[in-house]
Amino acid sequence: MRYMLMICDDGAKLESPAELDAKPDHVAWMRDLDERDMSRGRYLMRPPAEAKTVRVRDGKELVSDGPFAETKEWVAGVELIECADLDEAIAIASAHEAAGRYPIEIRPYWED
Amino acid sequence: MTEAIEEAFRAEWGRVVATLIRLTGDWDLAEECTQEAFARAMAHWPQDGVPRRPGAWLTTTARNRALDRIRRAAAETNRLADLATIGSPEASTEDSFPDDRLKLMFTCCHPALPLEAQVALTLRTLTGMTTPEIARAFLVPEPTMAQRLVRAKRKIHNARIPYRVPPPSLLPERTSGVLGVLYLLFNQGYSNYSLVDEAIRLTRVLVSLMPHTPEASGLLALMLFHNSRRDTRLDASGDLVTLEDQDRSRWDQELIEEGIAVLDAALEQGHPGPYQLQAAIAACHATAPTASDTDWPRIAMLYEAMLRLNPSPVIELNRAVAVAMASGPSEGLALLDSLQDKLTGYHLLPATRADFLRRLGRIPEAAEAYREALELAPTDAERRFLTRRLSELDSA
Repeated sequence: MRYMLMICDDGAKLESPAELDAKPDHVAWMRDLDERDMSRGRYLMRPPAEAKTVRVRDGKELVSDGPFAETKEWVAGVELIECADLDEAIAIASAHEAAGRYPIEIRPYWED
Repeated sequence: MTEAIEEAFRAEWGRVVATLIRLTGDWDLAEECTQEAFARAMAHWPQDGVPRRPGAWLTTTARNRALDRIRRAAAETNRLADLATIGSPEASTEDSFPDDRLKLMFTCCHPALPLEAQVALTLRTLTGMTTPEIARAFLVPEPTMAQRLVRAKRKIHNARIPYRVPPPSLLPERTSGVLGVLYLLFNQGYSNYSLVDEAIRLTRVLVSLMPHTPEASGLLALMLFHNSRRDTRLDASGDLVTLEDQDRSRWDQELIEEGIAVLDAALEQGHPGPYQLQAAIAACHATAPTASDTDWPRIAMLYEAMLRLNPSPVIELNRAVAVAMASGPSEGLALLDSLQDKLTGYHLLPATRADFLRRLGRIPEAAEAYREALELAPTDAERRFLTRRLSELDSA
């Protein structure tokens, strides 16, 4: 079963990919997933302040600056995982180093 | 005969559904085939007699029904592989179906499901209450309840909520989730006896399946003590009767004795928890021949133990009441001061203070506290009670 873990942030202390790669607990979490062959991709996004939003109205492209919705917390990164069931996905999410500070949303893939 | 079938329905429904879910992985199919198995029982048992093992008969009948339907669907879609799981030899040994109800309870009470869905799904799958019956018990329209059940089952399937007893690392937390649902069911049913009975029946099943989980036994004992007072809790006009004024000769002694046996066995395991402690407090009340015989020092001690496990201002308030009963109202009054900020707006705080002041003979202060409580009281029954107390003060 595949799930997307959406790891949130509020921008109080932004970390670059290089900074994250230097955090031992984050590295250990990623290595554990890789060793169990559960990761199906991971991406870190730049903050919503750097987002553009596009809408098409009457065939016309409307591009605006910023995210489509302003929220206090936003998705900073995603981890795509494949594991046995929801309990396993919950265990993986709660072991993430950010779980003590920010919520992590778990979304099952639409499989049938 | 209908009695035998009704008895089998109550005793076997949950077990048959639980087995069918394990075999087919399909919750709707499991419910429908179990329903059909009972319909067949209704048609055959009156002529053929009740089988030696009604549960095995029902499970086999339901399983064969499911097998037929899966076979037909597989023939249509050419997916014969689906048959492999349900047709396995393990599944067809007629007399030895393992009890899957514990898995079913944990899945129904999974924290990823909303609480109200956990409650509804537990009732539907484990007790066989129908959707209209559950809707009536919770005072919601039937389509709302039906949708709640459909959504919950869909979520279990789509998010793949596992069908199993959780591993040891998750077990304590998940068990307290199951106990919470059962206790909610019991309390919700305070005025609906069929829910109370189902809650007790399910808790008995849980205790039989988890005999080494003393909190499950603690919850069962607590329910038995509460239920022993069922008939004395309200007066003829429907008003609440306080514990002190209830007719103790009408308390159900059989339930009390069973509660004590269950609680003692739980406490012997040496892992007290909130339900065991609440049950122990309820036991103090249940075993006191008159209100004045109540062992208040022990109750105060039990509340203290509860506070150590789970600090809460409401429990502190209860402890203050017990201390006042054990050592006098001025001792209790001293404990209330520290609660003022933590229980702002909670009517039982001024009501309790009023009671202590009344017993100390400080009548004007008591009257003022009763009036404060009266303004905050949320129900008519409580307002009537407080008004009565206030008028007794005036006439004293």
